[in-house]
Amino acid sequence: MSTPALLEIWNLSASYGRAQVLFGLTFELRAGEVLALVGRNGAGKTTTLKAIMGLVSATAQKATFKGHSLARLPTYKIARLGLGYVPEDRRIFTDLTVDENLEAGRKAAGPGRSPWTPERLFQLFPNLAEMRGRRGNQMSGGEQQMLTIARTLMGNPDAILLDEPSEGIAPVIVQTMAEAIRAMKAEGVAVLLSEQNWAFAAGISDRAIVIERGEMRFQGSMAELMADERLRADTLGV
Amino acid sequence: MDLSFLAIQALNGLSSASSLFITACGLTLVFGVTRIVNFAHGSLYMIGAYTAATLVPRLLELQFGPLTFWAGILLSALIVGLIGVLIEVLLLRRIYGAPELFQLLATFGIVLVVQDLTILIFGPEDILGPRAPGLRAPVEILGRRFPSYELVLIAAGPVVLGLVWFLLRKTRFGVLVRAATQDREMIAALGINQALLFTGTLFLGAFLAGLGGALQIPRVSAHAGMDLSIIAEAFVVTVVGGMGSVPGAFLAALIIGQLQAFGILIFPKSTLVVVFLLMAVVLAIRPNGFFGRPEVIGGTHAVGIASRKRSVLTPFLWVAVMGALISLPLIGDAYVLKVTTEILIFALFAFSLQLLIGVSGVVSFGHAAFFGLGAYGAALSLKWFALPMEAALPAGLLLAALGALIIGAFVVRLSGIYLAMMTLAAAQIIYAVAFQWVEVTGGDNGIVGVWPSAWASGPVFYYLFTLAVTSIAVFLIMRIIDAPFGYALRAARDSEPRSEAIGLGVRRHRWIAFTISGAAAGLAGGLYAFSRGSVDPTLLGIPTSVDALTMLLIGGIQTITGPLVGAGVLHVLRDLIMPLTSLWRLLLGLSIIAIVLIFPRGIVGSIRAWREDAA
Repeated sequence: MSTPALLEIWNLSASYGRAQVLFGLTFELRAGEVLALVGRNGAGKTTTLKAIMGLVSATAQKATFKGHSLARLPTYKIARLGLGYVPEDRRIFTDLTVDENLEAGRKAAGPGRSPWTPERLFQLFPNLAEMRGRRGNQMSGGEQQMLTIARTLMGNPDAILLDEPSEGIAPVIVQTMAEAIRAMKAEGVAVLLSEQNWAFAAGISDRAIVIERGEMRFQGSMAELMADERLRADTLGV
Repeated sequence: MDLSFLAIQALNGLSSASSLFITACGLTLVFGVTRIVNFAHGSLYMIGAYTAATLVPRLLELQFGPLTFWAGILLSALIVGLIGVLIEVLLLRRIYGAPELFQLLATFGIVLVVQDLTILIFGPEDILGPRAPGLRAPVEILGRRFPSYELVLIAAGPVVLGLVWFLLRKTRFGVLVRAATQDREMIAALGINQALLFTGTLFLGAFLAGLGGALQIPRVSAHAGMDLSIIAEAFVVTVVGGMGSVPGAFLAALIIGQLQAFGILIFPKSTLVVVFLLMAVVLAIRPNGFFGRPEVIGGTHAVGIASRKRSVLTPFLWVAVMGALISLPLIGDAYVLKVTTEILIFALFAFSLQLLIGVSGVVSFGHAAFFGLGAYGAALSLKWFALPMEAALPAGLLLAALGALIIGAFVVRLSGIYLAMMTLAAAQIIYAVAFQWVEVTGGDNGIVGVWPSAWASGPVFYYLFTLAVTSIAVFLIMRIIDAPFGYALRAARDSEPRSEAIGLGVRRHRWIAFTISGAAAGLAGGLYAFSRGSVDPTLLGIPTSVDALTMLLIGGIQTITGPLVGAGVLHVLRDLIMPLTSLWRLLLGLSIIAIVLIFPRGIVGSIRAWREDAA
């Protein structure tokens, strides 16, 4: 093991009412890596992220972040451990301005880290710098997506769960998104990236997990997954 | 009527607008963040007034200086703020996810508890507070004298608006509160402890309610009953302004203040009516008030009866119950028959409400309106047109149905909490008419001498008559619930957009259901008038509406027979316990809270769940 595991998940299962949607997922997210979580629509990617954040009821044999158990922790305490979450539907606070959205996400940085500030984030997302006083409901989808990521970074997380950042936004902004993820990685932030856009995920991820109908089909390096054309065709259709 | 008089009236309007805004501002803040309409907000206002009226004179005796009065007012508001924290931690925190009907009922439980506790702690007498030092002399405005304290009040409203605006717009707490108003889950995912945020909001809201109440002490004495009168007005202000909007509340309070000040010149007795008519008009044009936003409704917030396979024993059970009821005169004495008559009447009343809440998902908080209309319709036609009971009862039913038809036309355009508030307002309008139109309705005293026809008089015959009428009515409503019309209502309750997508006219269905329900409640009201021999405005009041809701809650909202059982249980308990204690409201309030927290399925629902678990 070169890098220690930041987030360790053993046998994660989750249900909506009587319908079980996740069946014993086991994986780890290592410090500073980008891990892609790929699979078809409805495979359980979003549920996996929500289950980790305690937003859907789930069971796991073991779920730890930086050695702290996540079991039965309320969502806000999970977030305070240094785990950021960016939901898929761009849930920015539309009544709040860009600056206020960032303020809502602000948390103190851990020792020895240089904290994210609005100014640093605006270097990452230059579009946002020009609309600091604008309300969320007057922003485009891509701008909102950048703002959700920037808002989560304001909490100085050690890892981010990123749900479908490329969905429904213009191709040019997808490029910005990819650069932002690389920049986060360069800052030492680990990313668990749930993606449908295979090319996007393949371009920026170190390792990948493939899930299908709530079950794990593959876990390994991105290079291995690239090489296994049959598995990709079978589970992802690419 | 000269210019100076108009100016003074306008100033009076401004000072009552200020007082109203300070209180309503707290209510709308709490709603904005917690999504709970806090019925107990008026109780906090009342506690503020009592605390200040008790505390400030004692502080003034200590001779600390000119600011003592204001320090006492702020201290009272702080105490009320802490009571708000207590309420949040002990109760509200546990019901944020509950259906709004339960939230309303639980906070109404607090209202009942506080009513009895206030009398226990502060005594039954009204308490007149001291006047503010330095503000005792009136000032002269355009040649007329105007109390200087009122001028301070006029300034207090905008000052509070400014401070709240600063808090919400310029502080981190404000940013988080506004964010939580929009998306609580996301706030948690950003690492913010919403519990603290909510507790803080409740403190602020309760503080403002306490401040509103405390500021009243030089003007009116602290008295029991100020809780429900202020909460009705505060509801109107928040609903008209848009739930959760502070500037909206300010604007609404200004308009209502002026309406009251000048309305009193045109209709001397109709201030309440004017206020509630304003609300009806605003909601008809803007269903979310001035600055409110549409609410997300449906899903987990709709609770109601579901279809299930009927047990083979059910028909036998009905036959057994009916048999027992019919043979009751053989064993019961006059008292038992009278109590059972009332239970049957309230069972019909509660059952008519079940058609709205359980079947249609229309959470009516003013169902007493139709019960009272039926009772008054019957009593008035007896008194003014000398109609016999056989004609007076249908007349009452028709009046209630007509009322429901008209009110329903407004109500079915709304949803969620706005709908509940609109029904409450409608009931309050009718209450105000009954209370203030003394020449026709007898005002507070009501109408006496409402006795049944000779053949139906006496406990036995009136009991049998009531049994026959209520059984037929309940049977008919059950048929409606299980008819395609009932299925359509239930579909619309569970998902309005989907029902419209398959071609159901949701509003029309609800309108018809509202009218039927009103008619049934009116029938119950008419029967009640003849059983008691009199009618009075309490039949139309908020407590009567809450009684019906409590019966539903006790029996079980998700069951068909729940309201019938609930009516029996509540009535019997009241008859047994009320003579033993002066703290009946305290007990009732605590029971309502306990049911919501521990026992939300009610008696019938719990029995069914227990049987299904066993099977």
